[in-house]
Amino acid sequence: MDYSQFLLMHEELSLLAVILILFVADLFLCPDKKSGKGIYNTCLPVVLLGIHTALNLLPCSCANATEAFGGMYQYTPMMTIVKSVLSIGTLIVFLMAHKWLSRPENLVKQGEFYLLSLFTLLGMYFMIGSGHFLMFFIGLELASVPMTALIAFDKTKHESAEAGAKFILLALFSSALLLYGISLIYGATGSLYFDEISVLLDGSAFSIFGLVLFITGMGFKISLVPFHLWTADTYEGAPTSVTAFLSVISKGAAAFVLLTVFIKAFCASDLMYSWNTGLYWIIVASITVANLFAIRQNNLKRFMAFSAISQAGYLVLALMDGTAQGMTALVFYLLVYMVSNLGAFAVMTSVEENSGKILISDYDGLYATNPKLAFLMTLCLFSLAGIPPFAGFFSKFFVFMAAFKAGYPLLVFIALANTVISLYYYLLIVKAMYIKQPAGEAIPTFRSDNYTRLALALCILGVIVLGLGGVFYNYIDLFSYGV
Amino acid sequence: MIHLEYMLIISAVMMFAGVFGFLTRKSTLAILLSVELMLNATDLNFAVFNRMLYPDGYEGYFFALFSIAISAAESAIAIAIMINIYRMLKNIQVDELEKMKW
Repeated sequence: MDYSQFLLMHEELSLLAVILILFVADLFLCPDKKSGKGIYNTCLPVVLLGIHTALNLLPCSCANATEAFGGMYQYTPMMTIVKSVLSIGTLIVFLMAHKWLSRPENLVKQGEFYLLSLFTLLGMYFMIGSGHFLMFFIGLELASVPMTALIAFDKTKHESAEAGAKFILLALFSSALLLYGISLIYGATGSLYFDEISVLLDGSAFSIFGLVLFITGMGFKISLVPFHLWTADTYEGAPTSVTAFLSVISKGAAAFVLLTVFIKAFCASDLMYSWNTGLYWIIVASITVANLFAIRQNNLKRFMAFSAISQAGYLVLALMDGTAQGMTALVFYLLVYMVSNLGAFAVMTSVEENSGKILISDYDGLYATNPKLAFLMTLCLFSLAGIPPFAGFFSKFFVFMAAFKAGYPLLVFIALANTVISLYYYLLIVKAMYIKQPAGEAIPTFRSDNYTRLALALCILGVIVLGLGGVFYNYIDLFSYGV
Repeated sequence: MIHLEYMLIISAVMMFAGVFGFLTRKSTLAILLSVELMLNATDLNFAVFNRMLYPDGYEGYFFALFSIAISAAESAIAIAIMINIYRMLKNIQVDELEKMKW
């Protein structure tokens, strides 16, 4: 056996090492429940994950596209970029969760939070690197089972348990549909390897039914519109840091995997038509319906849920036709969406932890009491809406360009019209913070802890630097590939 | 020998009985049972395709084994959450899970 093929998996293996170290650290360093004293708090996980990300980004000897274990695991340099984006996102979530995990009831559970979120991340890594449906399915479940435990993390709160129940039941339902789809594809081709499937699949009704069920299962993970009903409830009930993780990391990973599986397995020209038609209507529905629902929300987390559904629609817009340009646009969009959304969530977590408020009407007059936080929130929301100097404008622009070049001008037009609607509801929050007078007491002035500040600084840096430098787009473009 | 079609009809009936149960049952445990029915239908599919169409390999059987193990893990965590809900509400009907809507 050739052990050097393990080197291809160095990202997964180093993440596994981080998980094992944290597991041992949790045994010995976790703060005592009675005294509340301990050294294991945010610092160690963040440092380890930082080292892990830095190791990922180091140039590797096996920089070319290759496969290991008979094609079960496949590697392309693009995957390193996506995995690094996801791990940086997890790092930011860890930073912003500090204050929440320092609560007395969470202090003893913090080790579980880190382990569960890192296992989710590991599952996404495997899912991204999969070259076989079994590997893909195990990765998908490894990413969703610990996620459920994270959503139901606040054991004593009804909302958290309700969100967890809604998530797990619908996750089971969608993975059953996904499995049925995979079984039909197996029946049509007799293979589960992506490479072999791509050659053997024809446009028969059997394989198209399999493809449709597959898109359904993944659509649930990305929360696209006909499959989005769990999203708002789960986002509202889950702890805010977990919501941030769910809205960016798991969504981004699933969108990228949908694209790579399409490129690897479903690239037969007969299937291309069904794929594009299906996605076309899903994208139109996601962007439009989510925008209309977002306008009427008052809970900020529900609001971000609908905003995330519509952003997912833009993300999937890059998947049309599975072009190389689309892949670049998708990864760049993911990177920008991650910093903007996590920035907004960092502000929300900070406000929630310091004042316990989460409604949009509570944010009235935030500028008067906490001008810096209000300003940072505004930057992130502008970036999410796609206003020019910030990164969000360019990411949307690249996605539109990719879809336009693939030959879908009408779709791009609908998406553009929806950008205007989204600008309206993002500005509702800005209006609440800057213009409205609070009906009762405004949120009092407070000072965020240093970890949250670091998270915010990283996000804002991303929002501004990614907007100004085209270097990143060009760099990602070097590694992209398409059908 | 039993034809492939009969097996596939059984699995399709199981699958859609599961979907029907998922949509109509009121108890979360019954919903969970319906989902298990759906998952078993897919396992049957894998085994049947492997046995009838591609008897040279074992891919379908192995996939079925893995999917049984994974769905067991998922049901375990679903039941854990339901026990937690039962402790809070003394009830596991889905009608009670309506604190967050729209």
